[in-house]
Amino acid sequence: MNNSVVINLQQIVKSYDMGGAEEVHALRGVSLQIHQNEYVAIMGPSGSGKSTLMNIIGCLDTPTSGLYEFEGINVSDMNDNELAKVRNKKIGFVFQTFNLLARSNALHNVELPLIYGGIASAERKKLATEALEHVGLGERKTHKPNELSGGQRQRVAVARALVNKPSILLADEPTGNLDSKTGDEIMGLFEELHSKGNTIILVTHEEAIAEHAHRIIRVRDGLVASDETVERRKLTTEMA
Amino acid sequence: MHFMKEVFEGLTIAFRAIRANVMRSVLTTLGIVIGITAVALMATAIEGVTRAFDKSASAFGSKVLYVQKFSWVGGDDWWKTRNRKEMKIDYANYITRQATLLDAVAPDVTTGKDARFESRIMLNAFVTGTTWQYQEASGTTIQDGRFFSQEESDGGRPVCCIGANVAETLFPAVDPIGQTIKVGGYPYKVLAVFEKQGGLFGQFTSDNRIYIPVNSFETQFGSHHDVTLNARVANNADLDDAREELRGIMRKIRGLHAGQEDDFNINQSDLLTNTFAQLTGVIFMVGLAITLLSLFVGGIGIMNIMFVSVTERTREIGIRKAIGAPRRTILFQFLVEAAMLCLIGGIIGLVLSYVLSLIINQIIPTAMPLGIVVISLFLSLFVGVVSGFLPAWKASKMDPIDALRYE
Repeated sequence: MNNSVVINLQQIVKSYDMGGAEEVHALRGVSLQIHQNEYVAIMGPSGSGKSTLMNIIGCLDTPTSGLYEFEGINVSDMNDNELAKVRNKKIGFVFQTFNLLARSNALHNVELPLIYGGIASAERKKLATEALEHVGLGERKTHKPNELSGGQRQRVAVARALVNKPSILLADEPTGNLDSKTGDEIMGLFEELHSKGNTIILVTHEEAIAEHAHRIIRVRDGLVASDETVERRKLTTEMA
Repeated sequence: MHFMKEVFEGLTIAFRAIRANVMRSVLTTLGIVIGITAVALMATAIEGVTRAFDKSASAFGSKVLYVQKFSWVGGDDWWKTRNRKEMKIDYANYITRQATLLDAVAPDVTTGKDARFESRIMLNAFVTGTTWQYQEASGTTIQDGRFFSQEESDGGRPVCCIGANVAETLFPAVDPIGQTIKVGGYPYKVLAVFEKQGGLFGQFTSDNRIYIPVNSFETQFGSHHDVTLNARVANNADLDDAREELRGIMRKIRGLHAGQEDDFNINQSDLLTNTFAQLTGVIFMVGLAITLLSLFVGGIGIMNIMFVSVTERTREIGIRKAIGAPRRTILFQFLVEAAMLCLIGGIIGLVLSYVLSLIINQIIPTAMPLGIVVISLFLSLFVGVVSGFLPAWKASKMDPIDALRYE
């Protein structure tokens, strides 16, 4: 693929001060690049720094040192409000636990990023409705999360993530709370989104889920342990 | 820019949040309800009493000076004033002759006597002896009939003019004019009925009085009564000038030397008004302190529940932040919620105090001015914003990662 770099991480270090002289290094110098329309899985056992990496990529957190360029713009030392703007416009989140607003119906949940983006009400409704139709929930606009199945909730979350037409879709264990059938459906949806040109970053610890991606980055002890495309991996296994 | 959108969004969220916890919200606003009820009710009562007072004080006539042995508002040593010489009825004629800035001067003396008409009786009515000039001097208005003439006055004829309440009590069905009533056992023919004055001092106005010629009064009821001299300031004369002139004449009558103090008081309605204003001012300040205290307590309640609300909705805050809500928006959202809670409390308080004021109105007059409504609403908004600020600040400072992880 001849696409431009969306995410460029250079020597990212993240350490937490645990009180006293002790410091925990969650990330110890991670460098990687993700291009437009890539479908990447980030894998790693718990404690590997996988979540920290995801938080930094998602602009929820800033690195202690190192450079993070998002679409060529340095976001490593942005303040809270600037990061909020990046998250709003450029990143679509899908969480394991869906994280929908319980008191709001599906449409309002999907509208939320547009509200913070300052889009006018009529336009907002139109875009949110389109996004819901896109994930096959056009008929469920007025349902509240507790009136929807797990798969449907995750679809609402995907619609919310996509409604602002973000540069990347960042999914954190998106199938973790779903049975395998609905999980497959969601993965099918991701496949479809990817084929339509979306950049997808999947954070998971499940090998089977990661297999859907076209590139797998393994994180261990705060470092990138391996970074290879699925094709190459298949090649390697066949050779062995 | 999209400030209005944020306001609207904030209101919607606040409304949902409040509706989701109706009972808790109602209980929380109780402090505000009580505070606003207290402030509104107090202001309403003061406003009502002031209005009634002003209306009543006008019955005294702002251009009438009252020469009396005592001051209306005290201040002088009571024992000293008590030993003063009595005022005399004759002073009136003398003042009339001397004064240039006074239109009319009339003495009045008052006692309490039962008044009867046929089987009807008014116990202990105020019976006032005065002269023909009284009506002009005091500025009272006759509704029906005429005041007694100079001849009737000088001759001490058995005629009388009665106040509105007297007329209502003794003559519920009959026209009083021309009828003869018995005052303290003596017959008096009714010449006139005064217009009703009402108000706080209804008891002391013409409403409950029976006016008879002073000569007749002294004959029947004796002459050992406190005399008041009612002096009407001429329309084109300055009140203070007239007062000074009257004072000079009185000093002459009393034979006071240059260095001696006045041994009389010249009262005027301003005195009452000023004293009253001071009194209500004090009541208002005390009430205000109590009210502010209860609003303060109410505000703490709001702050407390807002902290609870922020903690409960940590995850929601995390979600909102993750998808791009700036700190300002989160801050604003919780401020709006606190303000809305307080505003609801304020509205409930206003409604409550309005209802209560209707009940209190049976005892003392009340009136809820629009200003109080506006001030109360602003006050409750203010309390909401102030007490909501810390919780809202806490919410806005939350780290989205921690907030999302919160269970």
